[in-house]
Amino acid sequence: MFLEVLSLFPAGIINGLMFGAIYALVALGLTLIYGVLHIINFAHGAMLMLAMYMAYFLFKILNIDPYVAILIVTPAGFVFGYTIYRWGIGKLSGGRDQNILLITLGLSIILENSALVFFTGDQQTISLAYSYEAFDLGFLYLSYPKVISFVASLAICLLLWMLMTLTDLGKAIRAVAKQREGARLVGIDVEHVFAVTFGIGVACLGAAGCMLLPIFYVDPYTGNIFVIVAFTIVVLGGMGSIVGALLGGFIIGITESVGGLILGESLGQVGISLIFILILIFRPTGIFGSKV
Amino acid sequence: MTKSPKLFAGSRRQFIGSASATFALASAGLSIPHIAKAASAVKIGLIHPATGWAAYPAAQLRYGAQLAIADVNAAGGIKSMGGAPVEAILGDSQAKPEIGAAEVEKMNEAGVNAIQGCYQSAVGLAASATAAKYNIPFSVDVGVSDKLVQRDLPNVFRMADGYGRIASDASVNLAEINKAAGSPAKTVAIVHEESEFGTGTAKLVTEALAKHGLTVIETIKHANPTRNFDNIALRLKAAKPDIIMPINYPGEYVLLAKTLRQQRVDFMASYSVLGGGFNFKFVEEMPQIAENMIDVNHWYDPSSASGQAMRTRTEADGKYFTFEVYCAYMSILFLVDGFERAGSTDNDAVNAALASSTLNVDFMPYGPTKMVNGQNMGSRAVAIQAQKGDVEVIAPASYASASAIFPRS
Repeated sequence: MFLEVLSLFPAGIINGLMFGAIYALVALGLTLIYGVLHIINFAHGAMLMLAMYMAYFLFKILNIDPYVAILIVTPAGFVFGYTIYRWGIGKLSGGRDQNILLITLGLSIILENSALVFFTGDQQTISLAYSYEAFDLGFLYLSYPKVISFVASLAICLLLWMLMTLTDLGKAIRAVAKQREGARLVGIDVEHVFAVTFGIGVACLGAAGCMLLPIFYVDPYTGNIFVIVAFTIVVLGGMGSIVGALLGGFIIGITESVGGLILGESLGQVGISLIFILILIFRPTGIFGSKV
Repeated sequence: MTKSPKLFAGSRRQFIGSASATFALASAGLSIPHIAKAASAVKIGLIHPATGWAAYPAAQLRYGAQLAIADVNAAGGIKSMGGAPVEAILGDSQAKPEIGAAEVEKMNEAGVNAIQGCYQSAVGLAASATAAKYNIPFSVDVGVSDKLVQRDLPNVFRMADGYGRIASDASVNLAEINKAAGSPAKTVAIVHEESEFGTGTAKLVTEALAKHGLTVIETIKHANPTRNFDNIALRLKAAKPDIIMPINYPGEYVLLAKTLRQQRVDFMASYSVLGGGFNFKFVEEMPQIAENMIDVNHWYDPSSASGQAMRTRTEADGKYFTFEVYCAYMSILFLVDGFERAGSTDNDAVNAALASSTLNVDFMPYGPTKMVNGQNMGSRAVAIQAQKGDVEVIAPASYASASAIFPRS
């Protein structure tokens, strides 16, 4: 029995990496919003769900492949996030963090229940022409959708890192994250930067939604399934850290996968909670505990 | 000077006439309180996980129950109670036992006369126990745990089958299908969800299969939800079972089926027991995966005209004809029949009427109802198989619409 489980370890680790990259993408938006706005977006799961539904309907109605739909859903996510922050959350909160928390919590309830009314609770899945095509590694079949999702997630993480480190916009975002008033004094439109950051966070969800759709199902509550993991990744990687989110995604993905092999698929997820607790005890700032 | 309002607008002679008539009716056994009750609606509480991960089956259950209530009312309501209409009071358990129990408390305050629920066994156990405090008649729609009807609660009834007999029937059917094919299958691997439904069913099926010479060589429990089934598929691949037996809820059922194909897991048949995701939608949307998959589940009698008519109506309403629809419909008919025969909403009288029910629901393969400790002994699950894009009943032979394709082609 032990040898049998041991023989599955390489496959388990690769599976963990594949899913970890998508987890990282979901966590990326969360960590970015926290890093700059210093708030937890409680509507993150609901927004991920909306992105998945958008990809789903683009596929069902216009027959657009979800991976092509990234080019539509990601910008749409940015526009949605920017708009909802600039003319919704930002205005209603009056600059108070606790108000933002309550507003995002309320927003998640509105979005989830609206989805329940309009899309029903029916779980939707899709099958692509290449859904069951796979690379044969000998000990594991890596399906094309998972490989595409993995590569695309890494590419988006890299693009975001470049945006944050190499562009003026990235500098402005980092300036606002570090010293809000100082940034305002040097002429940075802080409210605009807040909205842009929120928009980028939601855009990440747009991409993640497109990548999750071919390998999972969507219903009005799907987003929460991934956001719970994303919270752990953000804490593990360090709140506000892009590299931390990616590394955290991989660690959590592998922990979940290998934990499932050792402890069984039911108990295996205990590993995620264990990591969460250990990080809070021994390194509360996370592995890369720096701001964006 | 203004006149004081009159309670009775007619003449003194008319008043005396009416009073005499009322007295005469009362003397004839038609009591005044009884007539007053007949005018009011009979309230049936519907408790389902309307929000949360089980929102879809909940919506299907609500649809089936409300369809039945509409039909009962269109046919003149409860006749023995002067045509009293049936009114649905909706409750949301949020898929949580404690919320389900709280909904019963709220419904009791609202004066419900009976409750139907709750999809999940765990919620049904909590809700029906709370209903027992007030002796409110409680009809289980599709909860399969046998504990629901093994607590000596006189108010709890279940028309559909429980997992004890379903496990037994599933094993018998599998043994017969296997025998007819020359007994090529020897081993089974069970993949089940972690709650009372999956764990309890898996345990019973394991025991039942052993009696038919089929050995369970691997039992894999998974969480709800499970995000990735790759590891499970790899374990199944290593175990090399002849039969894979999923026992889980809709989302995980479909994900597992997709992953088995992605990982090229070879097996003779997928033979699920109460497979939540096996339905017309799955067969229609994923025919290449669903083809030849077998499930043992609640199912309507496809040879009945009323069953076919209900399917047509349901599909005309843009819904899939899942087992939740007709199980909920049947459950409402059962309660209404109880009120009809009790002739009142008195809890003791209704519970007694339900306990002695002989209702014959012609769209189910059950025959006349016979309640023993709240369980309908006539109920039975059937084996169904996806064949050429449709769902056929393959066992028992008396209801079969097609022969089993086994091993899968």
